[in-house]
Amino acid sequence: MVVPLYHVIAFSAVLFTIGVMGVLFRRNAIIVFMSVEIMLNAVNLAFVAFSRYHGNVNGQVFVFFIMTLAAAEVAVGLAIIIALFRNLRTSDISEIRLMKY
Amino acid sequence: MTAILFYVFAALLLGASLFVVLNRNPIYSVVALVFAFMNLAAMYFLLEAYFIGVLQVLVYAGAIMVLFLFVVMLLNVQPDRPRPGLIHPDRWWFGLMALIFVGLFLLLIGQGVRTLLTSPAEGADGMGSVANVGEALFTRFLLPFEIASLLLTVALVGAVFLAKKKV
Repeated sequence: MVVPLYHVIAFSAVLFTIGVMGVLFRRNAIIVFMSVEIMLNAVNLAFVAFSRYHGNVNGQVFVFFIMTLAAAEVAVGLAIIIALFRNLRTSDISEIRLMKY
Repeated sequence: MTAILFYVFAALLLGASLFVVLNRNPIYSVVALVFAFMNLAAMYFLLEAYFIGVLQVLVYAGAIMVLFLFVVMLLNVQPDRPRPGLIHPDRWWFGLMALIFVGLFLLLIGQGVRTLLTSPAEGADGMGSVANVGEALFTRFLLPFEIASLLLTVALVGAVFLAKKKV
């Protein structure tokens, strides 16, 4: 019994959608950020699945770069959240509407 | 056996991801996300992407999630106030957008299902090993690899600059 590629890709799409829902519904900036991570990981899973089923290693190299990007993004994004929290005393994105003041 | 394990890990990953999004307490969300990433690493191993699986545990479940947990505890984020429904009253159209998105996605996948492969490539054993991925990384993808190191340096400096106290 082998998992068809279709199942993996469909699962990846569902995972991506969960991430989208998190970004849209949640108001805590950190949770929104974690939902973005879920979306990135859903894409990674699709990459690895295609790489495995086509026997081509390039997809996995791409996943490596996405992980590098995610690490950089998390470092900068969390720094921004800390700076926002220091100035505005909140991490609720419905209260953070302006870039300044 | 491999297929059954794959579906089990997929179900656990789905549950953990839903818990991350639906839970009110950010600490629980972070821990659930660590669990989700562990399950994803297991799925990478089942897809024979060993290097990526190890990276998933080290970088994602290790480094990135520790950073998240650290920030949640540093900011002392309180759980969201309870709300009557899951969906915010004036945000119902977000849900509509998400549903349309899922519909389009599934339509797209449904169109392409005939062209997708049903079994893994033959004779590609050990393709995802460290040696194999590393060889591609240091030959064909050497320039992107070096640029990635530059990106990390910039992100490091940027994060320190943003998070430090005002001068």
